[in-house]
Amino acid sequence: MAYLLEIAAYSACVFVYFFLTLHFFGDWLKRLYDHDKLLYGLTALGLITGQGLVLESLTTALARLFRGKPK
Amino acid sequence: MDFPISGTHISPVLLITAGFIIGICGGFFGVGGSFLAGPALFSFGLPMNFVVGTDLAHIVGKSMVAARKHYRLGNVDLKLGAIMMLGTIPGVELGAQGIQYLKRHAHVNDVVAVVFIVVLVSVAAFVAWESLKSMRMGRHERKSKSLGRAGKSDVSVLSGVAKRVHLLSLPPMLEFPTAGIKRVSLWVILGVGFFGGTFSGFLGGGAGYIRMPALVYLLGVPTHVAVGTDLFEIIISAGYGTFTHAFKGNVDILVALVMHTGAAIGAQLGASLTQYFHGPRIRLAFVPLPLAGAGLILYTLLTGHRLG
Repeated sequence: MAYLLEIAAYSACVFVYFFLTLHFFGDWLKRLYDHDKLLYGLTALGLITGQGLVLESLTTALARLFRGKPK
Repeated sequence: MDFPISGTHISPVLLITAGFIIGICGGFFGVGGSFLAGPALFSFGLPMNFVVGTDLAHIVGKSMVAARKHYRLGNVDLKLGAIMMLGTIPGVELGAQGIQYLKRHAHVNDVVAVVFIVVLVSVAAFVAWESLKSMRMGRHERKSKSLGRAGKSDVSVLSGVAKRVHLLSLPPMLEFPTAGIKRVSLWVILGVGFFGGTFSGFLGGGAGYIRMPALVYLLGVPTHVAVGTDLFEIIISAGYGTFTHAFKGNVDILVALVMHTGAAIGAQLGASLTQYFHGPRIRLAFVPLPLAGAGLILYTLLTGHRLG
Protein backbone atom coordinates (compact mmCIF):
# COMPACT_ATOMS: atom_id res chain seq x y z
CA MET A 1 0.00 0.00 0.00
CA ALA A 2 2.85 2.35 0.90
CA TYR A 3 4.49 1.67 -2.47
CA LEU A 4 1.25 2.45 -4.29
CA LEU A 5 0.77 5.74 -2.43
CA GLU A 6 4.37 6.64 -3.16
CA ILE A 7 3.88 5.98 -6.88
CA ALA A 8 0.63 7.97 -6.92
CA ALA A 9 2.23 10.99 -5.23
CA TYR A 10 5.26 10.77 -7.49
CA SER A 11 3.06 10.54 -10.60
CA ALA A 12 1.24 13.73 -9.57
CA CYS A 13 4.55 15.56 -9.16
CA VAL A 14 5.83 14.31 -12.51
CA PHE A 15 2.61 15.34 -14.24
CA VAL A 16 2.98 18.91 -12.96
CA TYR A 17 6.71 18.99 -13.76
CA PHE A 18 6.11 17.67 -17.26
CA PHE A 19 3.46 20.17 -18.26
CA LEU A 20 5.09 23.18 -16.59
CA THR A 21 8.68 22.52 -17.65
CA LEU A 22 9.65 19.67 -19.97
CA HIS A 23 6.90 20.39 -22.45
CA PHE A 24 8.48 23.76 -23.32
CA PHE A 25 12.09 22.61 -23.71
CA GLY A 26 11.80 21.18 -27.23
CA ASP A 27 12.43 24.24 -29.41
CA TRP A 28 15.11 25.72 -27.19
CA LEU A 29 17.07 22.47 -27.08
CA LYS A 30 16.70 22.07 -30.87
CA ARG A 31 18.20 25.53 -31.45
CA LEU A 32 21.09 24.72 -29.13
CA TYR A 33 21.62 21.37 -30.86
CA ASP A 34 21.72 23.03 -34.30
CA HIS A 35 24.07 25.89 -33.40
CA ASP A 36 26.50 24.75 -30.70
CA LYS A 37 27.07 21.03 -30.16
CA LEU A 38 29.66 21.58 -27.42
CA LEU A 39 27.28 23.72 -25.36
CA TYR A 40 24.46 21.28 -26.16
CA GLY A 41 26.57 18.40 -24.83
CA LEU A 42 27.34 20.23 -21.59
CA THR A 43 23.72 21.33 -21.25
CA ALA A 44 22.46 17.79 -21.85
CA LEU A 45 24.75 16.44 -19.16
CA GLY A 46 23.76 19.21 -16.77
CA LEU A 47 20.05 18.72 -17.36
CA ILE A 48 20.03 14.94 -16.85
CA THR A 49 22.34 15.20 -13.83
CA GLY A 50 20.25 17.98 -12.30
CA GLN A 51 17.02 16.12 -12.92
CA GLY A 52 18.60 12.99 -11.45
CA LEU A 53 19.49 14.79 -8.22
CA VAL A 54 16.11 16.51 -7.93
CA LEU A 55 14.12 13.35 -8.60
CA GLU A 56 16.32 11.34 -6.24
CA SER A 57 15.58 13.84 -3.46
CA LEU A 58 11.88 13.71 -4.30
CA THR A 59 11.73 9.90 -4.37
CA THR A 60 13.70 9.66 -1.10
CA ALA A 61 11.38 12.16 0.58
CA LEU A 62 8.31 10.26 -0.65
CA ALA A 63 9.80 6.94 0.51
CA ARG A 64 10.35 8.39 3.99
CA LEU A 65 6.85 9.87 4.02
CA PHE A 66 5.03 6.69 3.03
CA ARG A 67 7.39 3.93 4.18
CA GLY A 68 9.05 5.61 7.12
CA LYS A 69 12.81 6.15 7.76
CA PRO A 70 15.01 3.15 6.81
CA LYS A 71 16.37 1.26 9.88
CA MET B 1 4.68 14.70 -28.29
CA ASP B 2 7.23 15.90 -30.85
CA PHE B 3 10.95 15.50 -30.23
CA PRO B 4 12.50 17.86 -32.83
CA ILE B 5 16.15 16.90 -32.23
CA SER B 6 15.71 13.29 -33.34
CA GLY B 7 12.71 14.13 -35.57
CA THR B 8 10.40 11.64 -33.84
CA HIS B 9 6.90 11.67 -32.36
CA ILE B 10 6.48 9.50 -29.21
CA SER B 11 3.77 9.34 -26.57
CA PRO B 12 5.23 10.78 -23.32
CA VAL B 13 3.06 8.37 -21.27
CA LEU B 14 4.64 5.44 -23.12
CA LEU B 15 8.13 6.85 -22.55
CA ILE B 16 7.55 7.41 -18.83
CA THR B 17 6.01 3.95 -18.38
CA ALA B 18 8.88 2.33 -20.26
CA GLY B 19 11.28 4.31 -18.07
CA PHE B 20 9.52 3.08 -14.91
CA ILE B 21 9.78 -0.60 -15.92
CA ILE B 22 13.38 -0.16 -17.04
CA GLY B 23 14.17 1.67 -13.80
CA ILE B 24 12.90 -1.23 -11.66
CA CYS B 25 15.00 -3.67 -13.70
CA GLY B 26 18.01 -1.39 -13.50
CA GLY B 27 17.79 -0.90 -9.76
CA PHE B 28 17.27 -4.60 -9.13
CA PHE B 29 19.90 -6.02 -11.47
CA GLY B 30 22.30 -3.09 -11.38
CA VAL B 31 22.73 -3.14 -15.14
CA GLY B 32 21.24 0.18 -16.17
CA GLY B 33 18.49 -1.40 -18.22
CA SER B 34 19.82 -0.67 -21.70
CA PHE B 35 18.99 -4.25 -22.73
CA LEU B 36 15.39 -2.99 -22.58
CA ALA B 37 15.81 0.79 -23.01
CA GLY B 38 17.72 0.52 -26.28
CA PRO B 39 15.23 -1.87 -27.91
CA ALA B 40 12.30 0.16 -26.55
CA LEU B 41 13.63 3.43 -27.99
CA PHE B 42 14.31 1.74 -31.34
CA SER B 43 10.79 0.35 -31.41
CA PHE B 44 9.41 3.85 -30.61
CA GLY B 45 11.01 5.07 -33.86
CA LEU B 46 14.31 6.60 -32.72
CA PRO B 47 17.18 6.04 -35.21
CA MET B 48 19.90 3.77 -33.79
CA ASN B 49 22.55 6.49 -33.41
CA PHE B 50 20.08 8.45 -31.24
CA VAL B 51 19.15 5.26 -29.37
CA VAL B 52 22.80 4.79 -28.39
CA GLY B 53 23.43 8.36 -27.24
CA THR B 54 20.03 8.98 -25.65
CA ASP B 55 20.16 5.74 -23.70
CA LEU B 56 23.52 6.78 -22.28
CA ALA B 57 22.05 10.11 -21.19
CA HIS B 58 19.01 8.48 -19.65
CA ILE B 59 21.00 6.12 -17.47
CA VAL B 60 23.23 8.87 -16.03
CA GLY B 61 20.31 10.30 -14.11
CA LYS B 62 18.80 6.92 -13.30
CA SER B 63 21.99 5.31 -12.07
CA MET B 64 22.56 8.07 -9.52
CA VAL B 65 19.34 7.12 -7.77
CA ALA B 66 20.06 3.39 -7.63
CA ALA B 67 23.78 3.82 -6.84
CA ARG B 68 23.03 6.00 -3.84
CA LYS B 69 20.65 3.39 -2.50
CA HIS B 70 23.23 0.63 -2.97
CA TYR B 71 25.92 2.78 -1.36
CA ARG B 72 23.76 3.04 1.76
CA LEU B 73 23.41 -0.76 1.72
CA GLY B 74 27.22 -1.11 1.63
CA ASN B 75 27.26 -2.54 -1.90
CA VAL B 76 29.65 -0.08 -3.59
CA ASP B 77 33.42 -0.54 -3.87
CA LEU B 78 34.41 3.03 -4.75
CA LYS B 79 38.06 2.14 -5.37
CA LEU B 80 37.17 -0.64 -7.82
CA GLY B 81 34.67 1.57 -9.66
CA ALA B 82 37.08 4.49 -9.93
CA ILE B 83 39.94 2.38 -11.31
CA MET B 84 37.70 0.52 -13.75
CA MET B 85 36.51 3.84 -15.11
CA LEU B 86 40.05 4.55 -16.39
CA GLY B 87 39.59 1.70 -18.84
CA THR B 88 35.92 2.33 -19.54
CA ILE B 89 36.24 5.90 -20.84
CA PRO B 90 38.66 5.07 -23.72
CA GLY B 91 36.40 2.15 -24.58
CA VAL B 92 33.35 4.42 -24.73
CA GLU B 93 35.16 6.78 -27.11
CA LEU B 94 36.15 3.86 -29.35
CA GLY B 95 32.53 2.71 -29.50
CA ALA B 96 31.31 6.23 -30.24
CA GLN B 97 33.78 6.54 -33.11
CA GLY B 98 32.37 3.27 -34.46
CA ILE B 99 28.88 4.81 -34.51
CA GLN B 100 30.19 7.86 -36.36
CA TYR B 101 31.81 5.60 -38.97
CA LEU B 102 28.54 3.73 -39.53
CA LYS B 103 26.58 7.01 -39.79
CA ARG B 104 28.88 8.17 -42.58
CA HIS B 105 28.22 4.93 -44.46
CA ALA B 106 24.42 4.89 -43.72
CA HIS B 107 24.43 1.44 -42.08
CA VAL B 108 23.99 2.41 -38.46
CA ASN B 109 20.46 0.99 -37.91
CA ASP B 110 21.08 -2.44 -39.40
CA VAL B 111 24.57 -3.06 -38.03
CA VAL B 112 23.89 -1.85 -34.49
CA ALA B 113 20.58 -3.77 -34.39
CA VAL B 114 22.22 -7.05 -35.42
CA VAL B 115 25.12 -6.62 -32.99
CA PHE B 116 22.63 -5.79 -30.24
CA ILE B 117 20.61 -8.97 -30.90
CA VAL B 118 23.70 -11.19 -30.91
CA VAL B 119 25.02 -9.68 -27.69
CA LEU B 120 21.71 -9.88 -25.83
CA VAL B 121 21.01 -13.51 -26.78
CA SER B 122 24.58 -14.53 -25.90
CA VAL B 123 24.45 -12.85 -22.50
CA ALA B 124 21.05 -14.39 -21.68
CA ALA B 125 22.22 -17.89 -22.64
CA PHE B 126 25.40 -17.64 -20.62
CA VAL B 127 23.79 -16.20 -17.50
CA ALA B 128 21.01 -18.83 -17.61
CA TRP B 129 23.55 -21.66 -17.76
CA GLU B 130 25.69 -20.25 -14.97
CA SER B 131 22.78 -19.36 -12.67
CA LEU B 132 21.15 -22.79 -12.86
CA LYS B 133 24.43 -24.58 -12.17
CA SER B 134 25.24 -22.20 -9.30
CA MET B 135 21.84 -22.67 -7.68
CA ARG B 136 22.34 -26.45 -7.69
CA MET B 137 25.77 -25.93 -6.18
CA GLY B 138 24.37 -23.54 -3.59
CA ARG B 139 21.78 -26.02 -2.36
CA HIS B 140 24.58 -28.42 -1.39
CA GLU B 141 26.48 -25.70 0.44
CA ARG B 142 23.41 -24.47 2.33
CA LYS B 143 22.83 -27.96 3.79
CA SER B 144 26.02 -27.68 5.84
CA LYS B 145 26.11 -24.00 6.77
CA SER B 146 23.76 -21.06 7.08
CA LEU B 147 24.24 -18.19 4.66
CA GLY B 148 21.64 -15.90 6.22
CA ARG B 149 18.65 -14.31 4.46
CA ALA B 150 20.58 -12.11 2.06
CA GLY B 151 24.27 -12.79 2.61
CA LYS B 152 26.79 -10.77 0.68
CA SER B 153 28.89 -13.91 0.01
CA ASP B 154 27.85 -15.76 -3.11
CA VAL B 155 28.14 -19.08 -4.91
CA SER B 156 29.04 -19.41 -8.57
CA VAL B 157 29.90 -22.34 -10.78
CA LEU B 158 32.64 -20.10 -12.21
CA SER B 159 34.36 -19.33 -8.89
CA GLY B 160 37.42 -21.17 -10.17
CA VAL B 161 37.76 -18.73 -13.09
CA ALA B 162 38.01 -15.77 -10.72
CA LYS B 163 40.65 -17.57 -8.65
CA ARG B 164 42.78 -18.15 -11.76
CA VAL B 165 42.33 -14.51 -12.79
CA HIS B 166 43.51 -13.38 -9.34
CA LEU B 167 46.65 -15.46 -9.76
CA LEU B 168 47.68 -13.58 -12.94
CA SER B 169 50.82 -11.73 -11.87
CA LEU B 170 50.86 -8.61 -14.02
CA PRO B 171 51.97 -5.79 -11.71
CA PRO B 172 50.81 -3.58 -10.25
CA MET B 173 48.66 -5.84 -8.10
CA LEU B 174 45.78 -4.22 -6.19
CA GLU B 175 43.53 -5.12 -3.27
CA PHE B 176 39.79 -4.34 -3.02
CA PRO B 177 38.57 -5.16 0.53
CA THR B 178 34.95 -4.10 -0.04
CA ALA B 179 34.65 -6.48 -2.99
CA GLY B 180 36.56 -9.20 -1.14
CA ILE B 181 39.44 -9.26 -3.65
CA LYS B 182 42.82 -9.81 -1.98
CA ARG B 183 44.93 -9.33 -5.09
CA VAL B 184 44.26 -8.73 -8.78
CA SER B 185 46.23 -7.15 -11.59
CA LEU B 186 45.40 -3.54 -12.47
CA TRP B 187 45.41 -4.57 -16.15
CA VAL B 188 42.59 -7.05 -15.60
CA ILE B 189 40.45 -4.28 -14.07
CA LEU B 190 41.29 -1.89 -16.91
CA GLY B 191 40.61 -4.62 -19.47
CA VAL B 192 37.15 -5.31 -18.02
CA GLY B 193 36.44 -1.58 -18.06
CA PHE B 194 37.69 -1.07 -21.64
CA PHE B 195 35.75 -4.05 -22.98
CA GLY B 196 32.54 -2.92 -21.30
CA GLY B 197 33.13 0.70 -22.32
CA THR B 198 33.40 -0.24 -26.00
CA PHE B 199 30.03 -1.92 -25.85
CA SER B 200 28.63 1.07 -23.98
CA GLY B 201 29.84 3.54 -26.59
CA PHE B 202 28.63 1.39 -29.47
CA LEU B 203 25.34 0.00 -28.17
CA GLY B 204 24.43 2.63 -25.60
CA GLY B 205 23.62 2.23 -21.94
CA GLY B 206 26.17 1.28 -19.32
CA ALA B 207 26.88 -2.21 -20.73
CA GLY B 208 26.17 -3.66 -17.32
CA TYR B 209 25.10 -6.85 -19.12
CA ILE B 210 28.82 -7.18 -20.01
CA ARG B 211 30.46 -5.59 -16.99
CA MET B 212 28.37 -7.11 -14.21
CA PRO B 213 28.94 -10.72 -15.34
CA ALA B 214 32.64 -9.82 -15.73
CA LEU B 215 32.73 -8.47 -12.16
CA VAL B 216 31.07 -11.60 -10.80
CA TYR B 217 32.66 -14.35 -12.91
CA LEU B 218 36.11 -12.94 -13.81
CA LEU B 219 36.86 -10.93 -10.69
CA GLY B 220 34.82 -12.91 -8.16
CA VAL B 221 32.99 -9.88 -6.77
CA PRO B 222 29.84 -10.88 -4.81
CA THR B 223 26.71 -10.13 -6.82
CA HIS B 224 25.33 -7.46 -4.47
CA VAL B 225 28.65 -5.55 -4.54
CA ALA B 226 28.90 -6.02 -8.32
CA VAL B 227 25.43 -4.48 -8.71
CA GLY B 228 26.26 -1.42 -6.61
CA THR B 229 29.79 -0.91 -7.95
CA ASP B 230 28.62 -1.25 -11.54
CA LEU B 231 25.98 1.43 -10.97
CA PHE B 232 28.55 3.78 -9.45
CA GLU B 233 30.92 3.29 -12.39
CA ILE B 234 28.10 3.82 -14.90
CA ILE B 235 27.48 7.33 -13.58
CA ILE B 236 30.95 8.48 -14.66
CA SER B 237 31.41 6.44 -17.84
CA ALA B 238 27.90 7.09 -19.12
CA GLY B 239 28.36 10.76 -18.30
CA TYR B 240 31.36 10.85 -20.59
CA GLY B 241 29.45 8.81 -23.17
CA THR B 242 26.56 11.28 -23.03
CA PHE B 243 28.85 14.21 -23.64
CA THR B 244 30.80 12.66 -26.51
CA HIS B 245 27.67 11.39 -28.26
CA ALA B 246 25.88 14.73 -27.74
CA PHE B 247 28.86 16.48 -29.28
CA LYS B 248 28.60 14.07 -32.23
CA GLY B 249 24.86 14.83 -32.60
CA ASN B 250 23.56 11.50 -31.26
CA VAL B 251 21.61 12.54 -28.13
CA ASP B 252 17.98 13.67 -27.92
CA ILE B 253 18.14 14.88 -24.34
CA LEU B 254 14.41 15.63 -24.17
CA VAL B 255 13.60 11.94 -24.80
CA ALA B 256 16.07 11.04 -22.05
CA LEU B 257 14.58 13.55 -19.60
CA VAL B 258 11.02 12.30 -20.17
CA MET B 259 11.98 8.63 -19.88
CA HIS B 260 14.03 9.33 -16.79
CA THR B 261 11.05 10.73 -14.87
CA GLY B 262 9.64 7.19 -14.85
CA ALA B 263 12.98 5.52 -14.31
CA ALA B 264 13.83 7.54 -11.19
CA ILE B 265 11.13 6.02 -9.01
CA GLY B 266 11.47 2.59 -10.65
CA ALA B 267 15.16 2.48 -9.73
CA GLN B 268 14.39 3.23 -6.06
CA LEU B 269 11.88 0.40 -5.89
CA GLY B 270 14.14 -2.02 -7.78
CA ALA B 271 17.15 -1.38 -5.55
CA SER B 272 15.08 -2.07 -2.41
CA LEU B 273 14.17 -5.53 -3.69
CA THR B 274 17.77 -6.84 -3.85
CA GLN B 275 17.82 -7.35 -0.09
CA TYR B 276 15.37 -10.20 -0.40
CA PHE B 277 17.16 -12.33 -3.02
CA HIS B 278 20.59 -13.93 -3.13
CA GLY B 279 23.04 -13.96 -6.08
CA PRO B 280 22.09 -16.85 -8.37
CA ARG B 281 18.36 -16.07 -8.13
CA ILE B 282 18.97 -12.45 -9.18
CA ARG B 283 21.05 -13.65 -12.13
CA LEU B 284 18.45 -16.21 -13.22
CA ALA B 285 15.65 -13.64 -13.04
CA PHE B 286 17.74 -11.42 -15.33
CA VAL B 287 17.72 -13.94 -18.21
CA PRO B 288 14.34 -13.20 -19.88
CA LEU B 289 15.05 -9.48 -20.09
CA PRO B 290 17.82 -9.37 -22.69
CA LEU B 291 15.85 -11.96 -24.67
CA ALA B 292 12.81 -9.66 -24.62
CA GLY B 293 15.02 -6.80 -25.78
CA ALA B 294 16.45 -8.88 -28.61
CA GLY B 295 12.94 -9.89 -29.66
CA LEU B 296 11.80 -6.28 -29.73
CA ILE B 297 14.72 -5.18 -31.93
CA LEU B 298 14.20 -8.11 -34.30
CA TYR B 299 10.49 -7.33 -34.61
CA THR B 300 11.12 -3.64 -35.31
CA LEU B 301 13.91 -4.42 -37.79
CA LEU B 302 11.90 -6.97 -39.75
CA THR B 303 8.49 -5.26 -39.78
CA GLY B 304 9.42 -1.58 -39.55
CA HIS B 305 6.45 -1.13 -37.18
CA ARG B 306 6.72 1.46 -34.43
CA LEU B 307 5.20 1.17 -30.96
CA GLY B 308 3.31 4.21 -29.66
